[in-house]
Amino acid sequence: MAGVAMNLRDSDSDAAFRAELRGWLAEALPGFPPDRPGEDDWQGRREYDTAWQRTLFEAGYAGIAWSEEVGGRGATPTEQLIFLEEAEKAGAPYVGVNFVGLLHAGPTLYAEASVEQKAAHLPRILRGDEVWCQGFSEPSAGSDLASLRTRAIRDGDEYVINGSKIWTSHAQVADYCEMLVRTDPDASKHRGISWLIVPMATAGIDVRPLKTIVGGSEFSEVFLDNVRVPVANRVGDENDGWRVAMVTFSFERGTAFVGEMLQSMQLVRDLAQVAKKVTRGSATAWDDAGLRREIGHLSAGLDALWALTKRNVSQASRNGVPGVGGSVFKLHYSETRHRLGELTMRVLDRASLSMLDVSGLRSGKHVEGHLHAISISIAAGTSQIQRNIVAERVLGLPKDR
Amino acid sequence: MDFELSGDQVDLQEGMRKLCEGRFPMETVRELEASDGVDRALWSELVDAGVFTLRAPEADGGVGLGSAESVLVFEELGRACVPGPLVASEIAASNEVVGIVERARGPVVIEYWNVLDRLLVLESNGIAEVDPASVVAARSEHPVDPLTPIWIAERLPTGVQVGDGELASRVRLNGALLTAAIQLGLSEAVLDVAVAYAKERQQFDRPIGSFQAVKHMLADMLVRTEVARAAVYAAGVTIDDPSVGDVDRAVSAAKITAGDAAVKNGKAAIQVHGGMGFTWEVDAHLYLKRAWALDTAFGSPDFHSELLATRL
Ligand SMILES: Cc1cc2nc3c(=O)[nH]c(=O)nc-3n(C[C@H](O)[C@H](O)[C@H](O)COP(=O)(O)OP(=O)(O)OC[C@H]3O[C@@H](n4cnc5c(N)ncnc54)[C@H](O)[C@@H]3O)c2cc1C
Repeated sequence: MAGVAMNLRDSDSDAAFRAELRGWLAEALPGFPPDRPGEDDWQGRREYDTAWQRTLFEAGYAGIAWSEEVGGRGATPTEQLIFLEEAEKAGAPYVGVNFVGLLHAGPTLYAEASVEQKAAHLPRILRGDEVWCQGFSEPSAGSDLASLRTRAIRDGDEYVINGSKIWTSHAQVADYCEMLVRTDPDASKHRGISWLIVPMATAGIDVRPLKTIVGGSEFSEVFLDNVRVPVANRVGDENDGWRVAMVTFSFERGTAFVGEMLQSMQLVRDLAQVAKKVTRGSATAWDDAGLRREIGHLSAGLDALWALTKRNVSQASRNGVPGVGGSVFKLHYSETRHRLGELTMRVLDRASLSMLDVSGLRSGKHVEGHLHAISISIAAGTSQIQRNIVAERVLGLPKDR
Repeated sequence: MDFELSGDQVDLQEGMRKLCEGRFPMETVRELEASDGVDRALWSELVDAGVFTLRAPEADGGVGLGSAESVLVFEELGRACVPGPLVASEIAASNEVVGIVERARGPVVIEYWNVLDRLLVLESNGIAEVDPASVVAARSEHPVDPLTPIWIAERLPTGVQVGDGELASRVRLNGALLTAAIQLGLSEAVLDVAVAYAKERQQFDRPIGSFQAVKHMLADMLVRTEVARAAVYAAGVTIDDPSVGDVDRAVSAAKITAGDAAVKNGKAAIQVHGGMGFTWEVDAHLYLKRAWALDTAFGSPDFHSELLATRL
């Protein structure tokens, strides 16, 4: 055979990694507090999430596919996937506020930043010392992101930034922001943008949390008033920020949601257990064949997404970058989570009215999951935008206008 | 893990695609209606290509490849919309034309009955072989899929027991796998048909493919196809190497996702074609109708969903 046939087998080193990791998780997890602080305690959440990240770092499980030079493990993308799978199975904490740093700002730095920038940030991100947020969207630049107006004017060795960002997740607890700013207002809209590392402690930054439909304040408005940032904080060339942002997107859409998708598989298994406890007369929701099959059908969709993830990773290992497979993944993931949310309501019936567990039923996280699902088809580029991308870049359909 | 086709697998896929393009262009496929879906000369070309014996051991005259490779071959058969009892004949690893029915699913509908050399009957606890000539069956003059002619069994004799319950389960499993592979092929072929039309058909002085409502239907078709591909390939790989997962679960997930893709893509392709799509002349309905016929074969979506629910 030319090349090894397509397979899903662990190589010897993958199997050894998996076994070692399982052993470590079994020992480390019992010593770690099981409950993450609630929606309104962002400082507590930060401490919780970063403490876990530090634990991972110390054990050598942070930045699995990043080089040892920047504090990573120097292993393969496959091992990264094994890590996600085993961590989820063992019920380990989720990335939480480390999402941006670990899953798209960090990977962008890894791919595009200077040696100094990498050394300054990557080891700290991996150790849980630095939390990042993403300042891309603006009030008048969402789907049409390239029309963003936040202005950065060069003044010697510094940029002076004025404008505002919105929907900035975790801004209230972040140390740094990956920010897109307009450095050339005269160029065409994609050509005048730069990608900056902005320390959130800089004078002139005002963060105002916004209340989401979940009830907490996952994201904020960020106002920038004469914020001074060294030119050395620019990643990539001046006015080449749109290209760098595409790199960010390839990670944000391509790989960032995989951990969440694995959590969803757990959510479906858990929903099946809850269904066995929700009563319908003398029977339970699980005895309803229609609901049961819908749960089975949904789990087929998630199993398929897990298989798709492995294909995307295998392709990326061969070609170096996650391709448009990311948009395909995100579209199907969003749709599946919406369906899971609707199914949750049907299974929980009257218990679906409460965000908290109802009479011993572990239903609260499912109701919250449904609300969260609604954001997935909006955040990181709406489903409509992802469909445009798939239609134009994969299927080669003509652009509108 | 390397979940991408190897060079040999790509060669196999391309070889099969060439064979189908050469022997089964859509005009030929349509003509096969006259011979109830099976033309002996064309069938023997499939036999010679090893389509039905790909997984049989070399010692038994087979090709000795795995389920992953069979999936690639059947995907191409689906893409070309090739009719005939392809899946049953592969499962029987036979050069003859073989049909499979399930006794417990009444009314018992037999596909391609008048061209069958052999008929296998899946029983609750085993497999029986029944002489097709001993069956009393009435032809439906209007099968939904013109290329899946059907007969309704009035009398299905007991026949001779040829396999136990375990073999019957294996047949069901492999039947679902290869059916899913055909469904995957159908969903990609009908996407290609729709995309080509969307680039060519003009309304409001521009290609309809530039309208977002159309684009989004097509993008959703691609998403369904790629999700199905991942699930179907994973199922093939898992049958070859059961250490990597739960075989039944992988196959059910593949059958469900590929079935969804084939049926929904078939409908969407008709929608993209507008009134033309509703004509017999445009091929879109042939893909949809095959997708429907296969959706109930080797376990309906409900059957597989139920199986998955119990595996959670
Ligand atoms: C929970 C959450 C967290 C987020 N976190 C961050 C973050 O940390 N950092 C950050 O920068 N951003 C963040 N975002 C912002 C997110 O990226 C934007 O909300 C998203 O890109 C959509 O932009 P918008 O909200 O301005 O909507 P709009 O662009 O105004 O879209 C409104 C509607 O119009 C549709 N639409 C717009 N243009 C088109 C078109 N060309 N074709 C078809 N339909 C179109 C959209 O699909 C949508 O349905 C977050 C959003 C959410 C919900």
